Amino acid sequence: MKILVCISHVPDTTTKVKFVDGDTKLDTNGIQWVINPWDELSLTRALELKDDASTGVKSVTVAHVGNATTEPTIRKALAIGADDAIRVNAEPTDAYYAAAQLAEVVKKEQFDIVMCGIESSDYNNSAVGSMLAEFLGIPSVSAVSNIKVENGQAIITREIDGGKEVLTVPTPFVAIVQKGIAKEPRIAAMRGIMMARTKPIKLYEPVAVDALTEYVKFEMPKPRAACKFVDPENPKELITLLQNETKLI
Amino acid sequence: MSVLVYTENWDGKFKKLSFELVSYAGKLAEMMGTTTTAVTIGEVSNDELKQLGKYGADKVICLKSDNLKNLDSQLYTSAIAQVAQSEGSKVIVIANNNSGKAIAPRLSVRLKAALGSGVSQLPLSLSPFTVYKRAFSGGAFAQVVLKTDIKIIALTQNSFDIVENSKDVKIERVDIQVDAPKTVVKDVQKQTGKLLLTDAEIVVSGGRGMKSPDNWGPIVELAELLGGATACSRPVSDEGWRPHDEHTGQTGKIIAPNLYIAVGISGATQHIAGVSGSKYIVAINNDKSAPIFEVAQYGIVGDAQKVLPKLVEAVKEIKGK
Repeated sequence: MKILVCISHVPDTTTKVKFVDGDTKLDTNGIQWVINPWDELSLTRALELKDDASTGVKSVTVAHVGNATTEPTIRKALAIGADDAIRVNAEPTDAYYAAAQLAEVVKKEQFDIVMCGIESSDYNNSAVGSMLAEFLGIPSVSAVSNIKVENGQAIITREIDGGKEVLTVPTPFVAIVQKGIAKEPRIAAMRGIMMARTKPIKLYEPVAVDALTEYVKFEMPKPRAACKFVDPENPKELITLLQNETKLI
Repeated sequence: MSVLVYTENWDGKFKKLSFELVSYAGKLAEMMGTTTTAVTIGEVSNDELKQLGKYGADKVICLKSDNLKNLDSQLYTSAIAQVAQSEGSKVIVIANNNSGKAIAPRLSVRLKAALGSGVSQLPLSLSPFTVYKRAFSGGAFAQVVLKTDIKIIALTQNSFDIVENSKDVKIERVDIQVDAPKTVVKDVQKQTGKLLLTDAEIVVSGGRGMKSPDNWGPIVELAELLGGATACSRPVSDEGWRPHDEHTGQTGKIIAPNLYIAVGISGATQHIAGVSGSKYIVAINNDKSAPIFEVAQYGIVGDAQKVLPKLVEAVKEIKGK
């Protein structure tokens, strides 16, 4: 069984973002780039499955759509433990474009399980995984909080309103994963970092696809009113304020 | 033409989210000079379907098929795409929740329709069709042009106010043809009757500053008194003090209640990412320099153990309990 983990390259999640060129572009100055947190958890779970010989998972590949500057992020995934990587050499202009590129990769390389994070922390579209599955005409399961493989059969837990469902799905499929899929992201050890230097990153040139959306302007959130402080000895005043000013209680 | 709005139903019932979606679709249809069709899947009574007419649906289509008993993203996509095609829909509105996220992107590829997700208000313009959406996990917002003939909008829960707009609604029931599902549900564990965190208008949330899971009593009590739900920060769920489904923040649940009361939560960027859509934030923390106070409109600098019981008393007083 072969697993593909799709990874996105995003600003570190503590970044205070700024924009340039008339607020049309992200100011990349000083940004630390990381593997999208959910993708990192996907990779961790994929590697856990591979570590367990009973699952029959033989390899874990990562795929990414991005230009050459994103290679350190791919190397990080290799250092964490992915066997090999694929980079589609293109600027991912929107989710549809990125998913179309990844679909070509999956068609050529053939994977049994494709894992994608539920969203990327930069554009928050929650779209690439499901779009990829639709391009391939294969099942997708969203809000996945656990994947097991028993006797060649994937057993998936997905979150639903007020609970969870356990389901099976035939391979190949796309699992769109969220919290719970792995407890903590696996961290690269020194040996992994050394080994990552020689692991292969296969380069794909993009196929011609038009993006369906265009980001035309970014705005910062509207500033909130300054905090009104209430005397800790008299919390009742807070309740009075909430009653009078917000009318919510 | 028409604006199509998909709303799920929960065991045959709609909820506030459904009415938000229909209200949004109704207002959008007004902007576009067209009508609103709502679609739902499963067994829903006529009285319940008629409710959608109160919020602006001109027509409600209730789809039925034995193959659609559980959410199978491929089949739900097929079913909704069939309706969109027969209705000639130009815009499809869907919730940006778990099931919406499972369906909307597939629908986007199926219909070659641009998707704007995490949208929190009506389009800024119809030509070009520009939506306003959350980006950088709440660190910014983006104006995005949807460039295709058909557009899909995934609306953030609790971002659009319900508006009554009574219509003489027409109800259609359709037995829809779809394939057999590939996903097979083996087991369901579900708590019914409990207010969902994502549906709650008031949320009381505890962080590491609560010191111990034994101190959660007043948080739960305050949430109950206010008719709200409880939440927690990531360290709290990681420690096992509270269940994982209460974890609110970037990698946990993203919520947008009207009132979010953060107790003993310092307000790391990742936590704020999950709650920045809240209309009002109240912070109770013993550290005056905690970043949570930068996003809060009301704050108490003090020991949560001492402040909380007094708050509970004050709320009991006004609620007459």
